[in-house]
Amino acid sequence: MANKLIVSLSPHVHSGDSVQKNMYGVLVALIPALLVSFYMFGLGAVVVTLTSVAACVFFEWAITKFILKRERSTICDGSAIITGVLLAFNLPSNLPLWIIIIGALVAIGVGKMTFGGLGCNPFNPALVGRIFLLISFPVQMTSWPTVQQWISYTDATTEATPLALMKMAVKGDVNALEQLPETLNLFLGNNPGSLGEVSALALLFGLGYMLWKKIISWHIPVSILATVFVCAGLMHLVDPVAYASPLAHLFTGGLMLGAIFMATDYVTSPMTHKGMIVYGVAIGFLTIVIRLFGAYPEGMSFAIFIMNAFTPLINTYCKPKRFGEVVKK
Amino acid sequence: MKTFRIGGVHPAENKLSAGKAIEILALPKQAVFPLSQHIGAPATAIVKKGDVVKVGTKIAEAGGFVSASIFSSVSGKVNKVDAVVDASGYRKPAIFIDVEGDEWEESIDRSPVLVRECNLTPEEIVAKVKNAGIVGMGGACFPTHVKLSPPPGCKAECVIINAVECEPYLTADHRLMLEKADEVLVGVSILMKAAKVTKGYIGIENNKPDAIKLMAQKAIQYPGIEIVPLQVKYPQGGEKQLIDAVIGRQVPAPPAIPINVGAVVQNVGTAFAVYEAVQKNKPLFERIVTVTGKSLKSPSNFLTRMGTPMSQLIDAAGGLPENTGKVIGGGPMMGKALVNTEVPICKGSSGVLIMNDKEAARAEAQPCIRCAKCVSVCPMGLEPFLLATLSAHKDWERVEKEDVMSCIECGSCQFTCPSHRHLLDYIRLGKGTVGGIIRARNAKK
Ligand code: SF4
Ligand code: SF4
Repeated sequence: MANKLIVSLSPHVHSGDSVQKNMYGVLVALIPALLVSFYMFGLGAVVVTLTSVAACVFFEWAITKFILKRERSTICDGSAIITGVLLAFNLPSNLPLWIIIIGALVAIGVGKMTFGGLGCNPFNPALVGRIFLLISFPVQMTSWPTVQQWISYTDATTEATPLALMKMAVKGDVNALEQLPETLNLFLGNNPGSLGEVSALALLFGLGYMLWKKIISWHIPVSILATVFVCAGLMHLVDPVAYASPLAHLFTGGLMLGAIFMATDYVTSPMTHKGMIVYGVAIGFLTIVIRLFGAYPEGMSFAIFIMNAFTPLINTYCKPKRFGEVVKK
Repeated sequence: MKTFRIGGVHPAENKLSAGKAIEILALPKQAVFPLSQHIGAPATAIVKKGDVVKVGTKIAEAGGFVSASIFSSVSGKVNKVDAVVDASGYRKPAIFIDVEGDEWEESIDRSPVLVRECNLTPEEIVAKVKNAGIVGMGGACFPTHVKLSPPPGCKAECVIINAVECEPYLTADHRLMLEKADEVLVGVSILMKAAKVTKGYIGIENNKPDAIKLMAQKAIQYPGIEIVPLQVKYPQGGEKQLIDAVIGRQVPAPPAIPINVGAVVQNVGTAFAVYEAVQKNKPLFERIVTVTGKSLKSPSNFLTRMGTPMSQLIDAAGGLPENTGKVIGGGPMMGKALVNTEVPICKGSSGVLIMNDKEAARAEAQPCIRCAKCVSVCPMGLEPFLLATLSAHKDWERVEKEDVMSCIECGSCQFTCPSHRHLLDYIRLGKGTVGGIIRARNAKK
């Protein structure tokens, strides 16, 4: 009996939390937005999502097995599936299969596995995939189908997105902002755009779920959204004809998707609450700067990408408040 | 509801034995007393083979100021002074006594009458506490008389009694308060007198509403004592967390100690031991021990003589289950896994926890996913993932710079980590090494 006892150091109990639980939790949080995308973009959305997820999981498995030659496969941890869904969410629903597969290869191959896999990558893999595609295939990546053409895929008719209209307004088109859909429609998702970004409401449901399950903390999403609201609001006050209202900014493009699901990626965001707020405010600010003054209509991806690069620096300077630093009372 | 301000977790409470009244455990056949069962210098044996001792006879003298004497818990004959494997897993010198009868020293007052009045001076109380071999009974085992003698320049302002029992499973302190409320309160009054303060707080976590109610009712008769109900959060029983929770002050980083913010913290079990020592002339040789575990037949609380092998407690609680994987001395968060069940009960043994092989197995560690959960739960505001990585890379200079010495080894980080990383194993390594480096540096100066 005696020699059978396990001897290890404390603690002897564990919360029961696991990488899988968190990853699958994020997937559950993505479901509302996924359903909206199926409703808005029909067949195209289904094809793009399935292709992206399958390709991401396949590349993760193949690279682990044949290139890294690791015994244990990591596809079960769910992170490759998340990358697949998030990549799909950032693509238009009429994107041809082969482009999606290239995107998945870049996301998993370049964005994640070259650095050693989950936990070691400096940039959000889905973002790496998306930015690569945006630069390589600017035409295909920026023509978005009109909503509710349920059975069409690459043959869908396209139309200008609200963000493009907002850009035209900044460039001097005084009538552009009047063509913007109603704010309520923007909020619900009834407007063209990438798969998963159209419905702010569905994404907010996801945020609520993740906060409730303690998968993420509020610091990053709230600081991004608040910063965008304030910056866009100030500009709107200065010139309401050229600059869209802060709510229109919040509910259009990849802002909600980015703030809730892309910027909060564990691996590439800061480790302390203070750091998370610095990171979130910077992302919000950069997004508005790019949207209003940059060459691209959308700035979210680039803003997150840039701040991913600053995360190690933020971690070095934003330390948690140590116990006992202040003696109060 | 009050609590400490930084971090914290809430493990499943599993207070299986909370409803079980304290039972008196039968005498052991042989009692074993390790000479080093407290922080500080080991005690020196003052008995030798063949000596006859009674219950309460001093058998080892304190080995210095920071040390504590040891008293026999049984009557009988000294068998030998030899090495024994204690709870730390190392072989340490110990006194073995073969038990014969149960004859107590005459000086001990064995009547159950409550003695409330205490007319001793603070110095006399401290001397009596010292002479009774009392140490902190929550597990740290720091000699109590040292805490009652503040270093020059420091002044105590209040006594804080640790009755939170934040470790899951353990119920010894809870039962003690329910069954010996008056004795505990007299003990607290004596501690306040010894520390020359007029204010005493008893911090109790909210998961013991019966104890809070009873103590609050009784405390009315004891001037200056206030019961402070606390939100259930681990590690509230950590000295620094408790002070923060109760009086809202944070002890600065080491080498500062609680007295620097005017607090003297004592365990509720210690307060009871002080009562018995000062009012009843009874040195510390028995304590309440929780024997518990999900697969154990009847989890219980036993009044146990020191030196009793843990196996005897386990037998009294229904015997060691077939599927036992781990036996832990103490609670699941900070307790020590034991190599065998013959380890004797010592002054700091608050519990014996049996885990089955499923509960005992550690999951395999996966790569850190940088989720930051360890950072948000650390009650000391440290970055456990960073300390663990730096320690693994033996970068001692940076480990020290990142305040490893502040770690209280509460285990919250490892408890929380979704990747099941063995954070605290590495942090302990770093803390031990850096501690050595600091001592060497100070010695050179
Ligand atoms: S064990 Fe140390 S590092 Fe880990 S949570 Fe506790 S105090 Fe923080
Ligand atoms: S909790 Fe574990 S996985 Fe998360 S940051 Fe800390 S060490 Fe890494």
